[in-house]
Amino acid sequence: MKEYIDTGKKDTRSGFGAGLAELGNTNDRVVALTADLKGSLKMDEFAAAHPERFFEVGIAEANMVGMAAGMAIAGYIPFIGTFANFATARVMDQIRQSVCYSKTNVKIAASHAGITLGEDGATHQTLEDIGIMRMLPEMVVINPCDYNQTKAATLAAAAWDGPVYLRFGRPGVPNFTPADQKFEIGKAIKLNEGDDVTIIATGHLVWEAIQAAKQLEDQGVTVDLIDIATIKPLDKDAVIASARKTGRVVVAEEHLIAGGLGEVVAGVLAATCPTPMRFVAIDDQFGQSGKPAELMAAYGLDAAHIVEAALSLR
Amino acid sequence: MEYTLPQIASQVRRDIVQMVTAAASGHPGGSLSSTDFLTYLFFKEMNVTPETWRRNGFGLDQFFLSAGHISPVLYSLLARRGYFPVEELATFRRFGTRLQGHPSVEKGLPGVNQAAGSLGQGLSVGIGAALAKKMSGDPHTIFVLVGDGESEEGQIWEAAMSAAHYRVDNLVAMTDWNHQQIDGTTEDVAGLGDLRSKWEAFGWSVIEADGHDFGAIEDAFSRARSLKGRGKPVMILWHTEMGHGVDFMAGTCKWHGKNPSAEQCAEAMKQLEETMGDFAL
Repeated sequence: MKEYIDTGKKDTRSGFGAGLAELGNTNDRVVALTADLKGSLKMDEFAAAHPERFFEVGIAEANMVGMAAGMAIAGYIPFIGTFANFATARVMDQIRQSVCYSKTNVKIAASHAGITLGEDGATHQTLEDIGIMRMLPEMVVINPCDYNQTKAATLAAAAWDGPVYLRFGRPGVPNFTPADQKFEIGKAIKLNEGDDVTIIATGHLVWEAIQAAKQLEDQGVTVDLIDIATIKPLDKDAVIASARKTGRVVVAEEHLIAGGLGEVVAGVLAATCPTPMRFVAIDDQFGQSGKPAELMAAYGLDAAHIVEAALSLR
Repeated sequence: MEYTLPQIASQVRRDIVQMVTAAASGHPGGSLSSTDFLTYLFFKEMNVTPETWRRNGFGLDQFFLSAGHISPVLYSLLARRGYFPVEELATFRRFGTRLQGHPSVEKGLPGVNQAAGSLGQGLSVGIGAALAKKMSGDPHTIFVLVGDGESEEGQIWEAAMSAAHYRVDNLVAMTDWNHQQIDGTTEDVAGLGDLRSKWEAFGWSVIEADGHDFGAIEDAFSRARSLKGRGKPVMILWHTEMGHGVDFMAGTCKWHGKNPSAEQCAEAMKQLEETMGDFAL
C-alpha cells in the first residue's frame, strides 16, 4: 500500500481561498461574488487585494447567479461563493437557465457541503448538491478531497471554458496530496493498485478510503483505490478498467446515495460491465446537529464502514 | 428605403401575429404591447448594428430581454433590423429552429445575448453586464426589459436593491406595464400596486411614459440618457396596452399566450398596414 502522509489538517475551502487569491494576481478577468459569506468562503485575501473585482451581493443568491452570468457574458470569469445548499437547491433554476443553458462561464464555489458542516444541522447540511448539479447539461462537478487538491482544482476551474461546480467542506481534514499537483478536470487519480476490490471515493471520504485500504491490506485484501475529484465528466475508462480487474466496487461519498457518485459509477458499470457494488453514503434522510466526526461515524461515512462494505462483497 | 418608426412597428406587429399563427403557439399579447418602445430602442436608441453585434457587447449598447415569452417581438425586430433573414421568422418554434419558443443562445441566433423564459432572471444578468462595462471602462449602456407580471418574482427585487447599492448608473431597465398576466390583471392576480413608488423606494430614478407614443418614447429615452452616470439605475415604466394594435386582442389577458385562428389572423392583418413586406409563410 502506497504511503500517504497527512501534512496537517486544513479545510478544503481554504484551498479554494488560496487558489482564488492566486488567480486574482495572475488573471485580471477573474472576479468574485459572495452572498454575505466572504469569510466562510475564504475570499478575504482576494477581496482585499482586488476590491474592484469583488462584489458583496448580500443575502440574494438568485441575483448573485444572474450578476455572475452577466459578467461572464462580458468576458469575465466570475466565482460565486456561498454555502452549498444556497449555491445549488436555492438557485437551481437560475443556474439552469442563466448559466448552463446560456453557456456562461460561471464558477460556483460551494462550501460547507455535506454532513461535516456539523452543528448547524440539516437546514444547512446539503446532501443533494452533487445530484442537482450533475443533472444540468454543461455543468462540470468537482469535489476535491483536501486543501492542496482544492487549490489546484480552483486554478483548473478558471482555465476551463464553461460552468463548473466546486464543492468544499467546513472542517479541517488531512492534507495529503502534493502541493505542486496539476489538476486535470475529468481525470481520475489512482491512489493505489490492487486486485481484490475497487474503492472509489470523493471529497472527505478519500482520506477515509485510504485508511480503509490499509486496514484491508492488513487483512490480505488488496485495494484498487481511486480518487474521483471530477464527478462530471467522469473518468469512465478508469472506473471500467478497475471494475474489470477487481470485479467488486465500493463507492464512498459524503452525499445521499440518490444522485451521488455511486449512482454515476453504477450507471457506467451497468452499461459496460455489471459489477457487484456497495454504497457508502447516506440513504434518503436528512442530517442533524453534531460534531463532524461524530456525524460521519453515526451516518456510516468512515473507514470502518468502507472496510465493512468491501468485505461484504467477497 | 427608409421606413418610419410607425411603419416598422406596424410590420413588426404583422410579423408577431403571423408567427404565432403559423406556429399555432406563442405569446402575442405582451409582444404587441412592447412593440413600439422596442422598435425605437432597436432602430434609434442603441448604438449596436447587425454588423457590430457580438455577445460580449464590448464597446456597444446591449439589450437583455428578461420576459423571454415575448420572443416574437424580439425575433421580428432582430430580423427587420437585419440580424438574420426575415424569412427565418417562418421557422419560429419549429423543430431545429434558431427561433426557439423562448430565446436561447444555444443555436447562435445573432442578437440574442442570453436565454430567458423562466422569469425574473434578466435584470440580474443586466446588472452583471453593466458592472462588467464599468470594470472594463466601456461607457455604453445596458438595457433590460422586464414584464409587469414578471415583477412579482422575488429576484427582481433582489436585483433592484443590488443595482442601487452598486450605483449601476449605466443601466436602463424598462417595464412593459400592460397590467395583464396569464390569469388576469396584475392587480387581481397579485396586487402589483404602485410600481413607481416601489422602484423609487429601492433607490432608482423612475421615468413614466406612454409606450405607444413615439414622441413620448423619444422623450423618455432622452431623459434616461441624461440620467446616465448620476449614481442611480434608471427604470422606465412604459404605460402600454396588452395586445395593442389588434382590437380583439387589446386590453385583455386572454391573448397572453394564445395563437389566433387563421380567420382571426386575417382579421388582424386588416388592422395592421403591411409596410416592409411580410415574410413568406
